[in-house]
Amino acid sequence: MRPMAQVAMVMNLDKCIGCHTCSVTCKQTWTNRDGTEYVWFNNVETKPGIGYPKHYEDQERWKGGWELDRKGRLRLRSGSRVKRLASLFANPDLPSIDDYYEPITYDYDTLLKAPAGPHTPVIRPKSALTGKDTAITWGANWEDDLGGAAEHAGGDPNLASLPPEAAERVRFEFERTFMFHLPRICEHCLNPACVSACPSGAMYKREEDGIVLVDQDRCRGWRMCVSACPYKKVYVNHHTGKAEKCTFCFPRIEAGQPTVCAETCVGRLRYLGLVLYDADAVTAAASVPDERDLLEAQRAAFLDPADPAVIEAALAAGIPADWLDAARRSPVYELAVRHRVALPLHPEYRTMPMVWYIPPLSPVLDAVSDMDGDNTDPDDVFHAIRDLRIPMEYLASLFSAGDVDVVAGVLMKLSAMRGYMRARTLDGTVADDLLTATGMSGADVERLYRLLAIAKYDERY
Amino acid sequence: MGAMPDPLPFTRRFLTRAEVSADGRTLHQIDPSAWDRFYRDRWAHDKVVRSTHGVNCTGSCSWQVFVKDGLITWEHQATDYPSVGPESPEYEPRGCPRGASFSWYTYSPSRVRYPYVRGVLLDLWREARQRLGDPVAAWAEITGDPGKARTYKRARGKGGFVRSTWDEVTELVAAAHVHTTKAHGPDRVVGFSPIPAMSMASFAAGTRYHSLIGGTLLSFYDWYADLPVASPQVWGDQTDVPESADWWNSSYLVMWGSNIPVTRTPDAHFLTEARYRGTKVVAVSPDYADNVKFADDWLAPHPGTDGALAMAMGHVVLTEFFRDREVPYFTGYARRYTDLPFLVCLEQRGDGYQAGKFLTSTDLGDDEESAAFRTVLLDDRTGETVVPNGTLGHRWSESGKGNWNLDLGDVEPALTLYRWADEHVPVDLPRFDEGAGEGGTTLRRGVPALRVGGRLVTTVFDLLMAQYGVARDGLPGSWPQSYEDSMQPCTPAWAEEITSVPAATTARIAREFARNAERSQGRSMIAMGAGTNHWFHSDTIYRAFLALVMLTGCQGRNGGGWAHYVGQEKARPVTGMQHLAFAFDWQRPTRHMAGTAFWYLASDQWRYEGFRADELANPLGKGLLRGKAFADCNAQAARLGWLPSHPTFNRNPLDLADEARRAGSSVAEHIVGELKAGRLRFAAEQPDDPANFPRALTVWRANLLGSSGKGNEYFLRHLLGTDAAVRSVETAESQRPHELDWTEDAPEGKLDLLTTIDFRMTSTALFADVVLPAATWYEKHDLSSTDMHPFVHAFNPAIAPPWQARTDYDTFLALADRFSALATDHLGTRTDVLAVPLAHDTPDELAQPGGRVRDWKHGECEPVPGRTMPKLVPIERDYAAIGEKMRAIGPLLDTLGTTTKGITYDVGPELAYLRSQNGVRGDNRPSLATAEHMCEAILALSATTNGRLAGQGFRTLERRTGTRLADLAEENEGKRITFEDTRKGPQPVVTSPEWSGSETGGRRYSAFVINVERDKPWHTLTGRQQFFVDHDWMIELGEQLPVYRPPLNMHSHFGDQTLGEDGRAEVTVRYLTPHSKWSIHSEYQDNAYMLALSRGGPTIWMSTVDAEKIGVADNDWVEAYNRNGVVAARAVVSHRMPAGTVFMYHAKDRNVNVPRTELSGKRGGTHNSLTRLLLKPSHLIGGYGQFTYAFNYYGPTGNQRDEVTVIRRRSQEVTY
Repeated sequence: MRPMAQVAMVMNLDKCIGCHTCSVTCKQTWTNRDGTEYVWFNNVETKPGIGYPKHYEDQERWKGGWELDRKGRLRLRSGSRVKRLASLFANPDLPSIDDYYEPITYDYDTLLKAPAGPHTPVIRPKSALTGKDTAITWGANWEDDLGGAAEHAGGDPNLASLPPEAAERVRFEFERTFMFHLPRICEHCLNPACVSACPSGAMYKREEDGIVLVDQDRCRGWRMCVSACPYKKVYVNHHTGKAEKCTFCFPRIEAGQPTVCAETCVGRLRYLGLVLYDADAVTAAASVPDERDLLEAQRAAFLDPADPAVIEAALAAGIPADWLDAARRSPVYELAVRHRVALPLHPEYRTMPMVWYIPPLSPVLDAVSDMDGDNTDPDDVFHAIRDLRIPMEYLASLFSAGDVDVVAGVLMKLSAMRGYMRARTLDGTVADDLLTATGMSGADVERLYRLLAIAKYDERY
Repeated sequence: MGAMPDPLPFTRRFLTRAEVSADGRTLHQIDPSAWDRFYRDRWAHDKVVRSTHGVNCTGSCSWQVFVKDGLITWEHQATDYPSVGPESPEYEPRGCPRGASFSWYTYSPSRVRYPYVRGVLLDLWREARQRLGDPVAAWAEITGDPGKARTYKRARGKGGFVRSTWDEVTELVAAAHVHTTKAHGPDRVVGFSPIPAMSMASFAAGTRYHSLIGGTLLSFYDWYADLPVASPQVWGDQTDVPESADWWNSSYLVMWGSNIPVTRTPDAHFLTEARYRGTKVVAVSPDYADNVKFADDWLAPHPGTDGALAMAMGHVVLTEFFRDREVPYFTGYARRYTDLPFLVCLEQRGDGYQAGKFLTSTDLGDDEESAAFRTVLLDDRTGETVVPNGTLGHRWSESGKGNWNLDLGDVEPALTLYRWADEHVPVDLPRFDEGAGEGGTTLRRGVPALRVGGRLVTTVFDLLMAQYGVARDGLPGSWPQSYEDSMQPCTPAWAEEITSVPAATTARIAREFARNAERSQGRSMIAMGAGTNHWFHSDTIYRAFLALVMLTGCQGRNGGGWAHYVGQEKARPVTGMQHLAFAFDWQRPTRHMAGTAFWYLASDQWRYEGFRADELANPLGKGLLRGKAFADCNAQAARLGWLPSHPTFNRNPLDLADEARRAGSSVAEHIVGELKAGRLRFAAEQPDDPANFPRALTVWRANLLGSSGKGNEYFLRHLLGTDAAVRSVETAESQRPHELDWTEDAPEGKLDLLTTIDFRMTSTALFADVVLPAATWYEKHDLSSTDMHPFVHAFNPAIAPPWQARTDYDTFLALADRFSALATDHLGTRTDVLAVPLAHDTPDELAQPGGRVRDWKHGECEPVPGRTMPKLVPIERDYAAIGEKMRAIGPLLDTLGTTTKGITYDVGPELAYLRSQNGVRGDNRPSLATAEHMCEAILALSATTNGRLAGQGFRTLERRTGTRLADLAEENEGKRITFEDTRKGPQPVVTSPEWSGSETGGRRYSAFVINVERDKPWHTLTGRQQFFVDHDWMIELGEQLPVYRPPLNMHSHFGDQTLGEDGRAEVTVRYLTPHSKWSIHSEYQDNAYMLALSRGGPTIWMSTVDAEKIGVADNDWVEAYNRNGVVAARAVVSHRMPAGTVFMYHAKDRNVNVPRTELSGKRGGTHNSLTRLLLKPSHLIGGYGQFTYAFNYYGPTGNQRDEVTVIRRRSQEVTY
């Protein structure tokens, strides 16, 4: 056992309102400068949708992340080191600006300076790259709230991977509409493909807290990190020619402050916490043959911060005692391991991402709720999770390598918590039946409730 | 929570070594080089300043503004709100993406840095000013010369601004105001600025200036169509709602036409979190909106049919919780807190009856004081009639002292006369789902009735049961057989036909809602908003909603009741704010004007009507609206003292006072005499006479032309006199108003001067004659509050106003000084006379008993000021002293104190405090010389921020109610919030009689808690929440009770709008303008961040079905047009939109990425180029009970959702 510490994040998608405040505060703080106009360290996508950059989840196309070779060993999907070196100057897997979007500015001063003329002055879009007139055809958030979804969202790779009976239920029709929002930052993976792909040794994972950074002095702009990252969360600053990415706000983290995206999250859905893991176990965990075992393998690589053996080893490894305290109070560990409601995004990429998500509930399909003749009991106000609008197979494609039972288990817990708390709030009764169904104790539910619902500042971070 | 949150419990320690993993897979930590300094430097800053955003969003969020090297860099939310308590989520971190991007404006290339005047006007001005020497004479000459005036007015909106100086523009504007006051009247100088709560000192600066000179101040809440007219009708109170943390206390919450995550972004988390506490959340929305995402159920009625859905839910509630089973909690609540037991007279109608007026003491032969305002009920124990305490008669009479309360003593009001009835009689009731026109038809159902004092009466409850179609044995008439009966209003199946919501779903939600209220004692809530309130008949939609929360005992309960969230505001320190903002310290009252009525006449939209007000009348009416156009109704409302009307008369009010003096009579006598003789007329009867034009308009803190101005193109043509894309034809001769003069050539360019004060170039700025550079919200001192949370916030300057920007406060001080200087010769001291409507929360509520319409102009009564017509109040104005009066609190507060909602406060100690705190000016008057002084004074003079006043106010109120109230403020009697306190952090307010809820003991604010818990009556006729209203015009409209009225049938009124050119594919669709995710009204829509996250310019969202019909793909350019105008925009095609409806999100201004249109060849319009105004007659009612006027309390709304538009694909080549 070789304990290491990692700052990690959980986002509760069930609380995300898709407001994009995180994107704006992040961009204002870090990337509103020359060369990073198109860069959003933090962005929010509407799902279903193809995302930013377009189709980034399609690893057949982009060759991001890891795969197992024939001998079951991990290797970068983008190929061997030799192959990557050979393509240094013609990286075929690099997204172009069109895959992101052409950043726009406007001739703002026209509004004040327009000479007298026949028409009301107006500002028109200019390319922020060339300064020339342009037409806006795609954007940083083009698909927001299902804009253009019927035309584009069919290309969402998660839809392509649905089993036929689930795919049949997804139609871009008013009556069957579903959506949710997916905020994304760098995953600060335990097994980061970008770090491994960097020919300059410029990318690294900070030892004490696992934050993945690009050394701006060492970066030579080879861009292998861009293609290797399956989440497409490393960007090229076209002004400096170097790679830049989410820094997990390390100057703030070092000062004991949450990341900007977390602290300014109006939905109060982001949790930050320390997770201890066994560095020796990472390679094996990322190499389990069946993709559906990756989630449990990653959880198994996490160390129980209350385990005396772990504490002893961690202290020996130089992890300070107050960090161990923090690990024991970590909401991330609680949500991911103890309550098992948080899940990694695309574990099948085998990077062992460290930004996890609680999948969202959704309203029922009317057709379902009204076909049932049993909705006459006005005290039974919640619906079965099987009736929800978002197909569970779709969520499973995002969060559990297709394992529907995993997602269903989380949604069951959220649902049971609501029923349990409703009984307690309205009647002061304890709904034991709901506990049995999820295997949670009353104390578990109360704890989860406090964490997700009351979510005080010092319990989120 | 402490002042600063605890830091993360781990920090960085070492930066020592690099380590490559054994398999060479990854690299941990390299040499401690200094490469990361870039990010560290970027994060570093010099100071953090607390401020907020003065935008009309009800957010009032506390922000930290970061400053580095003297420049504002960015902003993050503050997180140090006082705690809501250990068992609740907290308010932190309030904010939204729009606010997070605000600092972009500070150094934006379109920031207004200097004063500007359009070149053509500036040339005229400089020449005349130079030649004549006298600025006032110069302005008189330019505006008096039709050629010159036309030249600069035609140039409006077409560029050509020239930089000027503060000195020059201040003189120009002041000269225009002096000339207008002198030549046309001070009421022709108009100010428009909305929502004081969003920056009180900046609001007050301009309104105080206008009040002191006698200018007209336009209301905004009704004009914005955000004012829920049902609220004054039902409660006699304008919009009191729960703070967002009270959603947490709800266990069943319906979001109905309110897209909370988009429009109440900082608050939405309380809803998502309440779900985990077991709260069920339902979304009612025609599209799959952002809020649907986290709801349990989604009901998608066709737009505008929400009233039908609510009526059907009411049908279910009355059936299952009142008829089939008695719920003691509900009936107990109904008896005590609603008008349901009150008796209503039945009037013969053919071989049946119809509901008439409330039975009052007068009807019973009683001649006690204000007997006509003492309503009657039946005691279920004795069968005797009783006048309970708490009626309007108790509120304003000597004998009512100590009895204006809801204590019923031993009386048990009978909800129904079923067991007492002498007979069961048929009553005719209105229905609007059928019938040839807007007026609908009637249906006949029965009620149990009793003879009392020679009159046949029934209860409001019995009428309600009939209206909702809940059958009871033995009652005559036609009743539905079951929920599945779709032929009879108001069953769920009937609603399904109208709304498309499955009947079983409607029944289920209604049942759950009521059952939850029963189990939780009133913790069911409906959050409602623009989606249901922006309709022409929104008052009926809302009354159907309010019926649901009142029937289930939810109003006045934490976690329950209505939650109206659109455009509502709460200037928590309201008393200090309004007395200083309207200069009530120097003179009372001021020229408040109903915004919609003003613009309707000023922009000549009244000339383009397709139908008349009488079409809205139900057959149950007596014909009081017969032959009346909308403008006729408005003229009548003006002369009967119902609504204000400014400009008021067709003569300068200063001259009227002089005439009276010369004639040796009082001003009032003179005016009444002149009116009777027909020599003097109301300006509302001659809006197109140049004598009655509004001449000078100043807009600050607002974007009239790019945001709120419904009928935008009519504004451009008639008010401004520039190019416009109106295609509408004028009203046919047979449909024209009778009481208004019709001029053959409609005036163009009524306005002589449009002044805009802003920091960015909105449409209002683009079309203005003068643009003044304003300080932003990070560059000034001010106050902000909201009803979404209980805190008062400060604005603070992170930097001084850059370039030549000035705060609004300083701008108006300078203007007042220059005005005073010019007025010394031109005006001196003059007497002004104000026509003041019958006012709410005053004894004026007793002016017109029974709400019977008697018109002196038609000889139905004498014109008696204050009774049958407006009060006529002379005010002496020393025009040379305006600048000094701006800067000091006047003497009226010493003698008259302050008055809010009928309660008067003695503020002597507060004035003494302000003398020492602010310093004094002139005759020992407390100073208001700076915005900080103003903030300090507002806080000191308000009961919410000064516990001494709260205690005093409650004790005053106790003398009227006879109930215990003062304890509510006891815990805070020593508390006073100072401006310095608000600068340090969010300050929670004190429970005060200015509002109806209670924060005492750390409670969450919920409306009418004091009424329910302390038996304080509502400010209505009965003193209860009213399902029933009986004003003559409400009978005329068939709206005595909640009823479903569909959206207006625009097709029948205005005909087919399509052009049908060359067989081009077009589709006619419902045109909705919901609030945008990427802007707050028009603010932020031009901001680089919001443009990047949206689609970079105006869009129209449409369904895949409609897009396919006209061959439109996502992001194609389309044009939308109707008779009102045309817009060009990109299409966003989405299956989340229902077929037949498009959205152009609210306040898409014409200044960003708007090409010229194919249809007009001119710049495409704003979202309001397709809308226009219509006045609903019931919104004009006044002079009676809760139907009395107050600013932003009652008045016609600028409703905008009933419109349709034609859409077609346009050439994809666009020209700018």
